[in-house]
Amino acid sequence: MAKYIVKRVILAVITMFLICFITFFAMNAIPGGPFNGEKAKSEAVMQVLNERYGLDKPVGVQFINYMKNIMHGDFGVSLKNGRDIALTIRTRFAVSAKLGLMAIVVALIFGVVLGCVAALNRNKWPDHIIIFFVTLFTAMPSFVMASFLLLIFCIQLKIVPVWSTTSHTYILPVISLALSPMATITRLTKTSMLDALGQDYVRTARAKGVKPVKVIFVHTLRNALIPVITYVGPLTAAILTGSLVVENIFTIGGLGSEFVNSITNRDYTMIMGVTIFLAVIMVAMNLISDLVYKLIDPRIQLD
Amino acid sequence: MEPNYDIPAPKKHALSLHVDPSKFEKATAEEKKQQDVMAESTTFFKDGCRRLMKNPLAVMSMIILLLVILIMVFAPMVVPYSYDGIITVEGVRDKQAANLKPFEYSPREQQYMQKYNVKVFPHIMGTDELCRDYFIRVVYGARVSFLVGVFASMMVLIIGTLYGAISGYMGGRTDLIMMRIVDIIYSLPDILIIILLAVVFKETMDFSKLPVIGKLGTNMVSMFIVFGLLYWVGMARLVRGQILGIKQNEYVLAAKSMGASSGRIIWKHILPNCLSVIIITTAQEIPAAIFTESYLSFIGLGVALPMPSLGSLANAARSGMQSYPWKLVFPAVAIILIVLAFNLIGDAMRDAFDPKLKQ
Repeated sequence: MAKYIVKRVILAVITMFLICFITFFAMNAIPGGPFNGEKAKSEAVMQVLNERYGLDKPVGVQFINYMKNIMHGDFGVSLKNGRDIALTIRTRFAVSAKLGLMAIVVALIFGVVLGCVAALNRNKWPDHIIIFFVTLFTAMPSFVMASFLLLIFCIQLKIVPVWSTTSHTYILPVISLALSPMATITRLTKTSMLDALGQDYVRTARAKGVKPVKVIFVHTLRNALIPVITYVGPLTAAILTGSLVVENIFTIGGLGSEFVNSITNRDYTMIMGVTIFLAVIMVAMNLISDLVYKLIDPRIQLD
Repeated sequence: MEPNYDIPAPKKHALSLHVDPSKFEKATAEEKKQQDVMAESTTFFKDGCRRLMKNPLAVMSMIILLLVILIMVFAPMVVPYSYDGIITVEGVRDKQAANLKPFEYSPREQQYMQKYNVKVFPHIMGTDELCRDYFIRVVYGARVSFLVGVFASMMVLIIGTLYGAISGYMGGRTDLIMMRIVDIIYSLPDILIIILLAVVFKETMDFSKLPVIGKLGTNMVSMFIVFGLLYWVGMARLVRGQILGIKQNEYVLAAKSMGASSGRIIWKHILPNCLSVIIITTAQEIPAAIFTESYLSFIGLGVALPMPSLGSLANAARSGMQSYPWKLVFPAVAIILIVLAFNLIGDAMRDAFDPKLKQ
C-alpha cells in the first residue's frame, strides 16, 4: 500500500512538473517579450526592464526562477493590467470554487439517487425515463445547456434574474455545469448498483429476511458507491473546464471567464498562471480520488 | 457405403447391448434433409452486425446520421448560396437580408420574385447578421465537426492501437516504460493543454498554405496534434489489456514455435481478436472529438473565420439571443443530434460486439 501511494504521488509530482514545463516553454515560444507593447520603448528602457525582470538570462534559468516563484505562490503580474496574478486567481477562484462545489454536490447527489432508482426499477418506466435523459444530457455540451437555460428561463420566461452585480442566482449555472457529470454518475451508479444487487451476500441478506430498505442502504449502496469515488477526479476536471464557458455565458466573474478573457486578450502570463493553477487542482483531485478508492476497498489489487 | 443388411445378426448374449440392424429402417430422403445444416455459418463480424441491426435505437441513429451525411454532402450542391458570401439578388449584394427569420425573404428578394414571378431558394434557417444564408453555414459547420471527429478518431485508432499492441506484446521492461509514459500523459489535463497549444500555434505557426487544414485554421491543427499526443492513451491502455490476455493463448504459442515474426503474430493473430474493443473505442472517440471542437470554437480557439463550425455558430448566436433565438437553436440542435446519434451507435456497438457482455 505504502509503495502504491509513493508511486502515485511521484507520478503526480512528475505530471505537475511536466505541466509547468510545457506551459512555460510553450508561452516562451511566442515571439515578442512582455514589454513589446503597443508603444515602442527605447533600447535602454527595454534593457533595464529585461534586467529588472530577469528576462536577459537564458530560458533555462528563467524557468528555474519561475518555478521558484510559483513555489512561493508568486505567479508574476498580468501583461495587460499589471495586477498580481496570484491575487487575481485567489479572488476570482473564490467565485468559481463556490459555483464548482455546488455543481459537484448537485451532480453527486442527483447522480447517485437517480442511478439507484434506475437500478432498482430495472427495465421499468422510471429506469427508461432516467436513461433517456441521461443519454440526452451526455450528448449536450455544457455551453449548449447553459445557453438554452439562459434563453428559456432568463430571457423568454423571465423567471430567473440575469446574473449581475446585485443579483447572484447560482441555480442556472449550477444546473448547466452539473447535468452532464450527473448523467455520467447516474450511469456509473446504475451499473455498479446492478452489479452489487446480483452479489451472493445480497441474496443471503434477503433470504434471511432483512428489510429491503436495509439491504439497499447497508449491503448494496455502500459497495456500489466505491466506483463512483474514482469519478470524483474526472468530475472536478469536467466542472472546471465546463466553468470556462458557463461563467462566460452567465457573465460570472470567476476564474473561468478570467481565463477565457486572457486568451482573447493574449495575456500570456495570466494564461500561464491560470493553466498551471487549474492543472494542479485537477491532478491533485485525481490523485486523491484514486488513493481514497484504493484505501476504501481492500479487495482492489494494487499494481 | 451402404451397410449390408442381409448379413444375419451376430449371435448375442441376453444382456448384450449389441444392436440388431434388422430392427432399424432406412431414413427417407425427407428425413435426411432434416439433418442438413440450415443456417450459414456466421462470422464474428456478421454476428455483431446482426445484433446491431436488431437494436432499434442504433438503427434509428444510423438513419439519422445517414440523413445528416446526405444533407452535408448534397446541400452545398443544391442550395445556391455560399457559406462565406453575402446573398445577392440579380448580381447585387442584398444588404437588407440580415437576420431574416427561417423561410423569410428580404424586401429586395420579394420585389424580385414579384417582378419575374419566380421563386428564390428559401433561407431554410434564415440569415445571419452579415446577410449570409444560415442553413448553408450550419451545413458547413456540421461538415467541419464531422471532419474533425473522424480525423481525430482515426489518429487515436492508429497511434493507440500500435502503441498498445507493441507495449502489450513486448511485455517486460519495454511494457513498463511505455505504460509509465501513458500514465503521465493520461494524467495531463487535456483541455488545458489543447488551449495552451492552440494559443501558442496561433502566434507561431502558419498552416494556411496546406490544402484542407489551411482552411480550417491553425487552431484545428493544434487540436489534431493534441489528439495525436494525448487522446490515444485510453485506446493504448485498452488494447494492451486485451493483448496481455490474448497473448497467453495456445495459437499464439503455436505461431511462435513455427517461427512467425512478432509483427505477423500481432497483425494476424492478436489484433483481429481485439478488434471489437478497437472498433467500439474508435466509434466513441468521434463524439468526444466533436465535443472538444465545439468547446474550443465556443471559447474562440476553433476553426478560422469565415469557415463556420457548430460551436462557433452557437457562440456567435449568443450576442443576439434575445432577438434571434433560432440562430442558437439550429447549430445547438445539430450538435446534440450528431453527438447523440454517435453515442447511441457507440453504445449499441459495444453491446453487439463485446462478447463478454453477451447474455
